[in-house]
Amino acid sequence: MTLAAPPTADRSRKRPFWTMERRDSVAGYLFIAPQLIGIILFVLIPLGLVVWYSLHEWNVLAGTFRFVGDANYQKLAADPALPEVLTATAIFSAGLVVFNLTLALLLAILVNQKLRGITVFRTIFFSPVVVSLVAWTIVWSFLLQANGGINGLLQVIGIEGPNWLRSPPTAMLSVIVVQVFKNVGLNMVLFLAALQGVPRELYEAARVDGASRWTQFHSITVPLISPTILLTTIITIVGSLQVFAQIAVLTQGGPGMSTTVLVYYLYQQAFQFHRFGYGATISILLFVIVAVLTFAQWQMRKRIVFYEN
Amino acid sequence: MNLLNLRMAALAAGIAIPMAAVPAMAQDIRMAIWSANEAHLALFNEIAAAYKAQHPDVNVTFDSLPFDGYTTTLTTQIAGGNAPDLAWILETTAGDFVSSGALSPLKATFEGVEGYDLADVTQSALALWSADNEIYAYPFSTSPFGVFANNDLIKAAGQKTPAELIAAGEWNWDNANAINTAVAASGKQGLIVRDFDYKVWDNLATIWNGWGASPWSADGKTCTFTEQPMVDAMSFIHKAVFTDKSIPGPGVTADFFAGDAAMTITQISRASLLPKENGFAWDLVPLPSGPAGEYAVIGQAGIGVFASGKNPAVASDFLAFFTNPENAKKLAKFFPPPRASLLNAEVLGAANPLLSPEQIENVVIKGISTGVVKPGHAGFAEIQQTARAALDALWVPDADVPAVLKSVCDRIQPML
Repeated sequence: MTLAAPPTADRSRKRPFWTMERRDSVAGYLFIAPQLIGIILFVLIPLGLVVWYSLHEWNVLAGTFRFVGDANYQKLAADPALPEVLTATAIFSAGLVVFNLTLALLLAILVNQKLRGITVFRTIFFSPVVVSLVAWTIVWSFLLQANGGINGLLQVIGIEGPNWLRSPPTAMLSVIVVQVFKNVGLNMVLFLAALQGVPRELYEAARVDGASRWTQFHSITVPLISPTILLTTIITIVGSLQVFAQIAVLTQGGPGMSTTVLVYYLYQQAFQFHRFGYGATISILLFVIVAVLTFAQWQMRKRIVFYEN
Repeated sequence: MNLLNLRMAALAAGIAIPMAAVPAMAQDIRMAIWSANEAHLALFNEIAAAYKAQHPDVNVTFDSLPFDGYTTTLTTQIAGGNAPDLAWILETTAGDFVSSGALSPLKATFEGVEGYDLADVTQSALALWSADNEIYAYPFSTSPFGVFANNDLIKAAGQKTPAELIAAGEWNWDNANAINTAVAASGKQGLIVRDFDYKVWDNLATIWNGWGASPWSADGKTCTFTEQPMVDAMSFIHKAVFTDKSIPGPGVTADFFAGDAAMTITQISRASLLPKENGFAWDLVPLPSGPAGEYAVIGQAGIGVFASGKNPAVASDFLAFFTNPENAKKLAKFFPPPRASLLNAEVLGAANPLLSPEQIENVVIKGISTGVVKPGHAGFAEIQQTARAALDALWVPDADVPAVLKSVCDRIQPML
C-alpha cells in the first residue's frame, strides 16, 4: 500500500522566507554594519596583525620578514631599557591622573557657581581641548625654553627659573603640566555635569544638620559623583598611556631616558630603528597594561563607587 | 560556441584589444627629497622634462618630505609597500641603506651610459656610498661646513674679525672662543653649532675633528669617546657652554641669520638664509684649526634607487641622466658636486654668487678636497639616540666629562 503524496503543497501554510524576524534581523545587521565593518577593518584585523608581526623579525630596509617565535617577547623581558621606560610611564600616568582629576574637580566646583558670565570661564577652561595638540605643544615648547616666556615672567618677579626641559624632574613635570592644561577642560565638563546632578535638597538637609562645607563635600558630593570619578580616572589613565605628541615635540624622550614613555619607546624601536616586529611586541605589552588597569578599575567600582539606586 | 564561451571570448578581447592598442604603459617614477625649495624643484622638473622628451612614457615626480623625520617617513613608506623609486639619503644613514640591500646597484648603469664619465666622480665622494666595489647611491651634494661670522657684532665687541685672524695665521679655536666669549658678554650670543640643539651631537664633529677626535674607530667597531682627543674636545665645548658662555646653553634659542650671534657653524648652502634687507657685515671662513691642526668636515647626501621600487631599471636610468656631466653642472648651482671637473672656482662661483672667490677657494674647494665626512654607522639611528641620552648628562654645569663619555661608550659599544 502506498500513501499518496499530497497533491500540492499547501502554499498558505508554508512559512515565507522573509519572515518578520528575518527582516528585523537583517535590518539590525545593516544598521550595525558600518560600525562593525569599521571595527573589523580598523581594530580587529590590525590587532591580529600586530600579534602576527610580534612573532616576526621585520627589517623594513632589508625587506626581511622572518618568523622568530617568542624571541621578541624574550628580548622584551630582558630589555635593559624597559625598567626605565616603565618607570617613566608610571610617573607620567600617576602625575597626570592626580593633577588632572584634582584640577578638573576644583575647576568644576568653581565654575558650578551661579554667577553672571560664568559660561565665559567655562568656555575659557574648556577651549584648550579643541586646540590642535601639536600646535598647543609647540607653543609650550617655546614658553618652556631656558630663555622662554615662563622664565621671562619669573624673572620679572625676581626668580631665576629652571631650564625646564633639560633636567629630568622638571622635564617630566613640564610634559605632565602641558598635557593636564590641554585636557583638563574635558574632565571639568564631566565633573560639572555630575555636580549639577547632585540633588540640592541633600545639601539643604546637611546644612540643617549643621554639616560643614567640607563634610558636605566628602559625604555628599564625592559619593554622588563617584561614577564620574571612576569614568574620568579610566579615561585619563588610558589616555596617559598613549601620550606621544607631547613627548615627541617637547623632549624626544630626554633628558637621558627620563621622559621616554612606552609609546615613545615603541615609536623609536619601530619607526626610527626599523624594528617593526619588536615594536609590535611593545605594543602588545601596552595593550595588556591598558587592559589590566581598566579591568582592575572596573572590578573596584563596587567598592569605591556609590550608586544612588 | 555556447553563450558562456562567447561571453568569455568577448571579455578577453575587451581586455586584450585595449592593451594591444597602447604600446607601453606609462611609467611613473617618484623621487623622495627633503627640499621644498621652489628653485630646487624648478631645476629638478626641468631635468625631468628633458628626460621625458627622450622617454615619453616616463613621468618623474618629486615628493618633498619634511626634513625633520625624513628617514622615518621614508622607512614607513617602504614598510607600507609604497617605497619611492629614488630617494635622497642622509650621510648618517648611508651605512644602513648601503648595507641593508635596500638599494639597487648602480655601477653598471652609470658605466653603460655614454658620456657619463664615472671616473670624474671622485672616489672620496663615493666612498660612503660604495660596498664591495659596487655603487649604491650617487653623492649629489658634498657640502663642506664653514663658519659664518657676523663682523658687525664682532667689531662692536672690540674683537678682531676671523679674516684678520686668518691673515695673521691665528685662526684657531682658542682665539675663536675668545671672540665668542666677548660677544656673549656684550649681551648677544657667541657660536651656534647649527642644528645641534644638544640632541644632534654628530654635528659636533665640526669641532672635535680639530682635536683629531672621532666617536668610533675607523673600522666602526670600537667606541672612541673615551680617548683623550675626544675628552679634550668635549671638555673644551663644555667649558665654552658653561664657563665662557661662548656657546648658547641648552634650551636657549638664538638664530645667527637673524643677527643674534657672532658665529655659526653650518654648510655653505645656508648662505641663502642671510638677510636680504637690513643685513649685517658677514664673512664665511674655514673651521678654525684645533690642537690637531687644520681640518675640514663635509656633509653628504646621496640619491639611491630602491630595489623594492616598481621599476628599478627605469629609475636607475633616470638617475644616470639626472647626474650626467651636463645635469651635474646644473645641480652644482645648489649642491656642491662630486665631479672633479666641476670643482673649480668658476663653476662654484657662478653657482654661489653670494660667496667671494676667496670664500669659494678656502671653504668650498679646500673643504671638499680635504674634508672628512660627518660620522655615520650602520644602525646609526639607534646609536644616535642612545648616545644622545647618555650625553644629556654632559649638558649640566658640573658634569664630569670623562665619566659621561665613558657612559656613552658603555651604552653604544654593544651596537658597534
